[in-house]
Amino acid sequence: MRYVDEFRDADKAHALAARIAALCEPGRQYKFMEVCGGHTHTIYKHGLEDYLPESITLVHGPGCPVCVIPMGRVDDAIHLAAQPDVIMTSFGDMMRVPGSNGSFFDAKAQGTDIRMVYSPLDSLKIARQNPDKRVVFMAIGFETTAPSTAMTMLRAAAEGLRNFSVFCNHVTIVPAIKAILDSPDLRLDGFIGPGHVSTVIGCRPYEFIARDYGKPVVVAGFEPLDILGSIYMLMLQLAEGRCEIENQYSRVVPWNGNPVALKAIGETMELRPYFEWRGLGFISHSALRVRDKYASFDAELSFQVPGVRVADPKACQCGEVLKGVLKPWECKVFGTACTPETPIGTCMVSPEGACAAYYNYGRMNRRRVLEVVQVSGS
Amino acid sequence: MTTDQTDQARGLPADREQVDREQQVLDRIDRARRRRPRVREERITMSHGAGGKATQTLIEAIFLDTFRNPLLEELEDSARLRLGGSRVALTTDSYVVAPLFFPGGDIGDLAVNGTVNDLSVAGATPLYLSAGFILEEGFPVADLTRVVRSMRDAADAAGVSVVTGDTKVVQKGKADGCYINTAGVGLIERDVTLGVATARPGDAIIVSGPIGDHGVTIMLARGELDIEADVSSDTAPLNGLAAALLDAVPGTRAMRDATRGGVATILNEIARAADVGVLATEDDIPVRAEVRGACELLGIDPMYVACEGRMVAVVPGGDAVRAVSALRAHPLGEQAAVIGRVTAEQPGIVQLRTSFGGTRIVDLLVGDPLPRIC
Repeated sequence: MRYVDEFRDADKAHALAARIAALCEPGRQYKFMEVCGGHTHTIYKHGLEDYLPESITLVHGPGCPVCVIPMGRVDDAIHLAAQPDVIMTSFGDMMRVPGSNGSFFDAKAQGTDIRMVYSPLDSLKIARQNPDKRVVFMAIGFETTAPSTAMTMLRAAAEGLRNFSVFCNHVTIVPAIKAILDSPDLRLDGFIGPGHVSTVIGCRPYEFIARDYGKPVVVAGFEPLDILGSIYMLMLQLAEGRCEIENQYSRVVPWNGNPVALKAIGETMELRPYFEWRGLGFISHSALRVRDKYASFDAELSFQVPGVRVADPKACQCGEVLKGVLKPWECKVFGTACTPETPIGTCMVSPEGACAAYYNYGRMNRRRVLEVVQVSGS
Repeated sequence: MTTDQTDQARGLPADREQVDREQQVLDRIDRARRRRPRVREERITMSHGAGGKATQTLIEAIFLDTFRNPLLEELEDSARLRLGGSRVALTTDSYVVAPLFFPGGDIGDLAVNGTVNDLSVAGATPLYLSAGFILEEGFPVADLTRVVRSMRDAADAAGVSVVTGDTKVVQKGKADGCYINTAGVGLIERDVTLGVATARPGDAIIVSGPIGDHGVTIMLARGELDIEADVSSDTAPLNGLAAALLDAVPGTRAMRDATRGGVATILNEIARAADVGVLATEDDIPVRAEVRGACELLGIDPMYVACEGRMVAVVPGGDAVRAVSALRAHPLGEQAAVIGRVTAEQPGIVQLRTSFGGTRIVDLLVGDPLPRIC
């Protein structure tokens, strides 16, 4: 299939893997963080780690939109959904995220009207079709999904729609990366930069990472060869003593981002003074809220939102996993108390969460796998 | 090469201690997964009907636990009974598909083919079907006539008769137009006892054609996605195909029709029931370009998408070529292919050699495949 198969070519992967291996300095260990959960998903889904030499470790980062939503916000959303005449709409990823009293799925089973949508524009459609209901869109995600929320509010405003609002949980990627860089627990050699976020914000916002922290960044696409290619580019930078922001995903990511999308975000949303991130705590200027000009679309103003902060379950080590300090399997409850069926932490919910990706795709002894593959010759 | 050199060449962690620690965690998880299943939810959610882990838990913890008997315990697509001197297969299935009419079929032929297929993969010749209808007040009679006619046509094509039935009407809003339940009986004339539990290391796993057509057709036919693709349901009776395979390879170990939960679920059922490993090769799994494209867009793995006219078969490794040629000689099996092998390694786990050249596991799905947001 065009535009897919060429990015999954095993021969090219072997060639690239050999070039990566050739760049490894003997005795040196390399740690790269893939910031984006989409990358984590790709790495596990395609078994990319089989191509990496032992000295390169990939550390999974915080860029999973669902994983960073704190429990209190889920509780707030379920509270909103339970209000009279409300139809709550949400992306599918969000449906299983546990609040302190269950998930959207559980609330739905108890009769709350929660519907899965593929785009916030679908919520708008539902609002038009149900003029006597109040339709709320659970807006989550980084700058990747914020423009579609923004465009939806703009369209709702243009149409004069009065029964639609947004429960805004959009977050921004740079403060999260900064929090990781400032964290004393982690030594990284570079970043595989988020691809889809960068289609919106471009590559310039990462310049401080190279300038102030001395870490290279390569913005990468989401096919396995994209990621392998970006690891090669990072290794080349280290080998050549460079420290730069590079763009492996230039077929989609313009250096300066997408001005139309940025304008839509700027028009409808502004930075919050602070926002709570699951496992990472409160990070200042790290999330977006609806601007006053669009206050009529702000569910936090149209409804009473409890806004109670709920502490993460004690056993849950999502924060450490999100920061890359712990590997998923190193969490105490991984795979036993916390599984995709009964997640305790958010990282086990979204297919982009590091724990879910490892549990669903990587939960195996690679040594034995390779022996089997060799023996069966497939 | 020594093991260490092999490991280094293949990029395995040299840190043995870490490998051992990870293995301990994996073993602990394995033990947790083998524990007796328990339904933790207080209410039924959509996941319980999606064919994945939640469905399995519901079946084992509630239905099997309560009805427990040796015939049910096999958890095959049909129960195999001895009646008088005959071996009989009995099965039942309910159909709640929305929309009722979709490219390639409708709820009517689905309801016949699904039950015919459950009997066929048990090695039975399907003979008689029952049909129960739950109709919503206000449902157009013209639609009902259309559905029933297509049931008749499907029954004629499969050589079965609908010999008994039932009708209930519920108030508007209490059902979605029309639900159908069919049950079927068939005669097992061959001396075979098929079952995924009989799979052995060295066996080949075969799929009878491109996977995921039905599921993708339904997702697109719902019209919520604004994606158009030239796909239609693969709904078809598998009795001819199953008989062709059994004629060619009487030692066939098991057949399953790959409905809800798709091929991935069946591979997991094989691994679990026979306590063997399964190693599949992504490149060998036939998927139509249209289906693959739609799945890529939606972030769904075609291996979990339902088929309604495809079966997965387990045959002894030495019979694989004969099995594939027999299937390919049948119009419904033209693209049959060996997609994997049964292994003795890592029992209970399905592994996939990806097209990219890596390896990963293929687990049971937790609920409905949820689209990823970005």
